Amino acid sequence: MTVSIGLGVVVGYLLVALAVGLFAYRLTETTAEDYYLANRSIGTVVLLFTTFATLLSAFTFFGGPNLAYAAGPEWLIVMGTLDGVLFAVLWYVIGYKQWLIGDRRGYVTLGEMLGDRFGSPALRALVAGISLLWLFPYVMLQQMGAGEALVGLTGGAVPYWGGAALITAFMIAYVTLAGLRGVAWTDTIQGLFMLSVVWVAAVWVVSAVGGVGAATGSMVAARPEFGSFGGGLYTPGFIVSTAITIAFGVTMFPQINQRFFVAESETVLKRSFALWPVLVLLLFVPAFLLGAWAVGMPVDVPEGANVLPVVLNEYTPTWFAALVIAGAMAAMMSSSDSMLLSGSSYFTRDLYRPFVAPGASARREAWVARAGVVVFATLAFLASLLRPGTLIEVGDTAFSGFALLSLPTVCALYWDRTTRDGMVVGIVVPQAAYLLVVLSSVLPVVLTLPRTVALAGSGGWDVALGLMVLSAVLTVGVSLLTAPTAESDASRFAVAGD
Amino acid sequence: MRVRRDLVWIPVFAVLVAFSVPWPLWGVDRVVAGLPAWIWWHVGWLGLCSIAFRSFVRSGAWERGMGLDAPGGTGGTEASTRGGDRR
Repeated sequence: MTVSIGLGVVVGYLLVALAVGLFAYRLTETTAEDYYLANRSIGTVVLLFTTFATLLSAFTFFGGPNLAYAAGPEWLIVMGTLDGVLFAVLWYVIGYKQWLIGDRRGYVTLGEMLGDRFGSPALRALVAGISLLWLFPYVMLQQMGAGEALVGLTGGAVPYWGGAALITAFMIAYVTLAGLRGVAWTDTIQGLFMLSVVWVAAVWVVSAVGGVGAATGSMVAARPEFGSFGGGLYTPGFIVSTAITIAFGVTMFPQINQRFFVAESETVLKRSFALWPVLVLLLFVPAFLLGAWAVGMPVDVPEGANVLPVVLNEYTPTWFAALVIAGAMAAMMSSSDSMLLSGSSYFTRDLYRPFVAPGASARREAWVARAGVVVFATLAFLASLLRPGTLIEVGDTAFSGFALLSLPTVCALYWDRTTRDGMVVGIVVPQAAYLLVVLSSVLPVVLTLPRTVALAGSGGWDVALGLMVLSAVLTVGVSLLTAPTAESDASRFAVAGD
Repeated sequence: MRVRRDLVWIPVFAVLVAFSVPWPLWGVDRVVAGLPAWIWWHVGWLGLCSIAFRSFVRSGAWERGMGLDAPGGTGGTEASTRGGDRR
């Protein structure tokens, strides 16, 4: 009985989200600018929440509380710092600059922007290809999160693959039908919904266990080290390298990066920028503290399960727990939709059209984009069945891969002397090195390379951080040694005085 | 156009980022008002960041940082930010 209530709420919620998408689809024009960018006409509230909701993923709702449960509430600090502050600064440094350039020159993707600046279709394809490569594990992460969430909600009545398959089906249906206008609309609704429902959940659980003080008290009683800042997993090396790689990685995520082109006016960007730290905090505090407090609660979290659904099932009625899970799954779905949509625009605009079919009609391109989404989501679903790591591990791998694109991009945005060769070397070498590190931990044939480097007394530092430095050094160094090609034109990125 | 005093925002942003992590409270386990003190530090600090970001935008440094003319230091209205001031 409770299983069917839970499932009913989840499926019902997903259907409502789909209906909103279809409604938005009816308003959509058939141009690429509208399908991908909603005609660059997204207002403050929608931009804020659509960016917010795309950050909200299985990584936040399930991975975050799980890590807080396993290692302590310091995850709040890591995520708050990287998302609330560092990302906000990058929002200005990278995002606003890209908006200015995109507004003047009509770019839709990062690869298109860089490819045009350096007059190099190969660079354009390289950026698109790398982005699609790292998008794969992140889409997979959403499917893993959904699979685990439904196992937790239904006590195992719905198997892991069932939940993953359900969200995959909704994702495909949604993104192939709606386009960005649909995604942006549901993002806003879902962002507001999740923000409210997480607070209701926190208040409900906290009052059941006797207040905030009591919850913290039993947390510290069960795990004394959770009360003090730092220690265990949370070394300075972990905190700094995780915060930096994820924040820089987020800016290069196709769905986030493409958001930098969609704002209607800069007022929208400014307001979003100032509100960002508070909004991020409003979501992370209740979600991650619930995870940390759970160590002091008499709940049994099975191996591989998500802690949040278990806590909700214990302290709140089934329909409410189901509503939170549904909201989280819907948010994950909209995250994935944004990713798939941006991924498909990278695929069609930067790879298919320039290299495969330059003369393809818009109609044909739209069908290729949709077919690409179906194939990509299905492959990610199959990979998610292997469960290659925890949600945090898989997510962090993807973020770091994207982070390696960020510093060459910053060079191109701000330094006129950047050359095409500098960009290519600065992107290819660190990416190849990182890919080798990641694959070596998955494939048994090669020696496993370390993911972190220990520095005296400060714990393990992510090798991706070192590779980020390498990407900047190579981009600058090779640019200085090579001449700009005849096709490149730094004035294409000029924003002042034109 | 860029002005010298806007450069102060670079160290300000650096400090805002660096101390979102409550480094001075490393290892401190004091609980204040139901939560560890270092969580309160973080919550307060992000509030501060929001205020600082707002004044960065309002001062006009937002535009000047990109080499554009600021819309009169008011933070801009819809009318002043779409097109007119940026060309």
